[in-house]
Order: sequence, then C-alpha cells, then structure tokens
Amino acid sequence: MEWFNNFWAIYSNLVLTLGTNALLALSIYLTLSCGMLVISNAAFMGIGAYTSAILTINYSLPFVLVIGIGMGAPALMAFVIGKPTLRLSGVYLAMATLAFGEVVRIALLNAEFLTGGALGLNGIPQSTQWWHVVLALLLTLALLWRLRRSRVGRAFESIKEDETAAGLMGIDVASFKMLAFVLGAAIAGLAGALNAHLTFFISPGEYGFDRGVDILTMTVLGGVNSLTGPVVGAFILTLLPEMLRSFKDFRLVVNGFILVLIVLFLPKGIWDPARFRQWFDKKSDRA
Amino acid sequence: MSISNTRLRLQAVSRHFGGLKVLQDVNLDIAQTGIFGLIGPNGAGKTTVFNLITGLLPPTSGRIEFNGQDLAGRKPHEITRLGIARTFQNIRIFKEMSLLENVMVGLHAQLHYGTLGLLTGSSLFRSEEKRGRDRARELLSWVKLDHKAADTADNLSYGDQRKLELARALATNPKLLLLDEPVAGMNSGEKVELMNEIRNISERGYAIFMIEHDMRFVMGLCSDIAVLNFGRIIARGTPDTIRRDPQVIEAYLGREDDEVTLDEEETTP
Repeated sequence: MEWFNNFWAIYSNLVLTLGTNALLALSIYLTLSCGMLVISNAAFMGIGAYTSAILTINYSLPFVLVIGIGMGAPALMAFVIGKPTLRLSGVYLAMATLAFGEVVRIALLNAEFLTGGALGLNGIPQSTQWWHVVLALLLTLALLWRLRRSRVGRAFESIKEDETAAGLMGIDVASFKMLAFVLGAAIAGLAGALNAHLTFFISPGEYGFDRGVDILTMTVLGGVNSLTGPVVGAFILTLLPEMLRSFKDFRLVVNGFILVLIVLFLPKGIWDPARFRQWFDKKSDRA
Repeated sequence: MSISNTRLRLQAVSRHFGGLKVLQDVNLDIAQTGIFGLIGPNGAGKTTVFNLITGLLPPTSGRIEFNGQDLAGRKPHEITRLGIARTFQNIRIFKEMSLLENVMVGLHAQLHYGTLGLLTGSSLFRSEEKRGRDRARELLSWVKLDHKAADTADNLSYGDQRKLELARALATNPKLLLLDEPVAGMNSGEKVELMNEIRNISERGYAIFMIEHDMRFVMGLCSDIAVLNFGRIIARGTPDTIRRDPQVIEAYLGREDDEVTLDEEETTP
C-alpha cells in the first residue's frame, strides 16, 4: 500500500483532473451531437467554479448544495444567452459563443469585490474527494447513455444531420437545441465546481479562450460518434503533456506534433466504432 | 366541393421573393382521400407550394387551411403534428442512421414516456421503444425495405432511399402526404414499383398530394390534377381534361408561332 500512498500523494491531482476533463469533453460532446459548434463551455465551467467557490468561502454552504448551484447557475446563463444565439448556426454560432466566453472572462476579471479580480480566489477548501469525481463522471455517462438510446438522442442526431428534415418529423428543433446547450452548460459547471474545490485556487485566466479550445480538441480528438470518444480524448490530452516530460523544453512542440498526426490520419477521432468494425472485418476476411 | 370534404385549402395564396412573384393568387382544394397531382414546367413554383404548406416559408398573402384550421404562424413541427408529412425533391434522409432509426425519428411525437421514464429506463420506456421499433419495421415492410432495417441509410440505392423517405414520412402518422417529385431520377422499373407503393399507401386511407414532372406517372396515378405555370393555376380537372387543355399544351410545348419564328430563323442565311 505504501507505493500507492506515494503515487496518490504525487498524482492524485492529475488523476482527478482526468475526471473533470472528461466531464468537460462530454459537455461539448452534447452540443456537437446536436450539430452545434459551441465554444463557451470554458466560460460555463468558470461560472460554475466561481459560483461554487464564492458560496463555499463566504457562506460555507454544504458541499452538495454548492455543487448543485454550481451546475444551476451556468445552466440558467445558458438558457438566457441561448434564446438569441441558438438561432445562429455553424461558424456564426461559434463566434457568438466565443464572444460570450470572453465577456465572462473579462467580467470575472473586473468584478473584484466578488471574484478577487486578476488575483483570483484563494484558499478554497479542498472538499472534492476522489469518489465525488468518479460518481459525477459515472452519473453523467449514465445520463448521456440513456439520452442516446431514446427519442431525445435520435432527435439530437437528426438535427445534426438535417435540421429542416428533423423539424418536418415533428421534432421541436429549437427546444432540443436549447436542451443540449443548457445540459452541456450544467455539466461544464459541474466540472468547474469540482475542479475549484480540488485546486485550492482559481483565476479568470483558467476559463479563457485557451481552455475553450482545449475542451473542443479533447472531444474532436477522441471522436464524437460515441460516449467513449470524448473520455478517451480527455485522458490523452491530460496525460500526454505529463508523459512527454522527458522532452523538457520541446514538450509542447512534441505534444502539438502528435495531435497533428492524429488529426491527419484519424479524422473521425481516435475512438471510431465504424473503423474498428472495418479492421475487424478485414482480419476475419483474411482468416 | 363542400367544406367537410376538403382536407387542405389554399385561398388566394401568394408568395413573392423581393420583386419575383413566385406564386400569385393560388386557390386549391384537396379532397379527404385520393391522389391529387400538381404539375407544371420547371420554375413554375411547385415546390414553393409545399414549402408554404409545411411552414418552411410564410405566404406573402392568402390563407392555408388544413381540416379547417388556419396554418398561419405555425412552425414546421407543429404542422407535422397536425397531420401533414412530406418528402423532398432532393432526398433528405438521415444518412448516417440506420433505416430503422430513420423511421423511428418520424415516430418521435408518438412515443410517450416522460423524462423520468427515460432516465430510469422504466418498463413504460421499454414498452414504448419496443412499440416504436415494431411500428417502424411495419412501415419499412410497406415499402419492402424491412430486410435492410439495420443497414446504414447511406448505403441504399437511389430508389430505396426514396422509399425510405416515404416510410419515414408515414411514420409521423399523417393524414395528408406531400410527395415532391417522387420518381425524379428513377429508371422505369423503379418508377413502376413506386407507382404501386403509392397506390397501396393511398388505399390505406392517406390523402396524397404530389408534385411531378413525369406526365405518364401523374396521369396514371392521379384522378385530379392541377397545372401551375408562372405561379398561377392555369387548369384543373381529370387527366383527360388536362391533356386536351390548350393552355396546358402551350405551357408544355410552346405556341405554334414560336415554332414558326424558329423555322424562319433557321432558314435565314
């Protein structure tokens, strides 16, 4: 057990980050599965993180309640900004949500009385236990799995493939897009709240454009055709920089190079069930 | 035609795109049952009629009634739920889904399990999903595609894709089925096959309103035909009346003095 204690002392943060990053990847997977390119998940994560941290520090509310509000606040925000922005599609939706993300970051930076401005919030109690993260991830996966196999999942997929045809099948396109957007925001908020109570310190810079692109990369890299894809993508993007420590100064270069290779040769993501089937068929043909 | 016998009524419907008057003062009554055909040359405004009925476009003026209900301001999904389904001229199936899933999307509004049922996977959820799958298989069997239910829709032949679109439209439980050029791009064997499918569907009690170029196909299927030319209805009646109507002949074949001028041009050196 001693080796485990050592391991945990060093790597617990990394292991739990795997979980929160997987949640973030799943949050953007949800909107992508409904055909929307949304880049505001980092901002929703930030809203969740700040809301929960402020509640814990200033009001010392119970942790469960804090997590709940940390999910509710970004969901509400998503509902409000979703009303006007979800009429947009494609890159225009991406631009609008990108702009919203910047607005959130700058608001966090300037609302010093509440957020501590650029100095961030310090001394957040480390209430997040490892099983909180595991439970959150499992519940989220269970929820998304159920959605996929129901009329809701079919509605999302049909909207992704052809919005007009989906509407003519009796699907309320606007409502389902809103559902995907709000649910995605809640999951991002959950990741933010868990993460804030894990890292002791949060600042506005963590929830900017870079983070938004990171989240998107995890999901696209992993593949958006299944629930496994985003989780795999999140794990790889979290672990890769750690494993490349021996490259020292060239670490980020090698990291980027590997990502480029994956995108070039596996355009549908690493986890692509259709390709796995193809491989399998080829092997059985030869046999 | 008495009101009770009218399924769909277009009253003085016009649609303009800027200065372009695509439809002008179109009046149409479509009966409760039977196959109605709308024909006309390219660019006559036929597909626009469908886009107005299904709520994809609002009319510039005029009124559209379905079973006596005004359709103004209703969204496409609401109109579908009232009982109007359509297919598209350029097929719009969900290519990455299986045939069964395609049809199940059409059943969307008919599967009733609440959010709780969905989240817990209750017996209600399972029985409703099973009912949906069974119904989807039945609809696929109507168009003889049930043996391919698990295939990806993208792998289907062109004719089969049209049939799948038909099954998917029927899944929404429509009272009126709008078919936009159902045999476009099909070979004659596929055309005959589809003609039989459409006749079968009509005999099951669905009202059918189709737009078509293929005269033989329309004349063979429809008992009631209207002709649209430059955004106006220029003729209406049985296939025989339409075939003899001088205005229709002119719209399709041109006027005699056009040919004369053409001849003159050719003979001048």
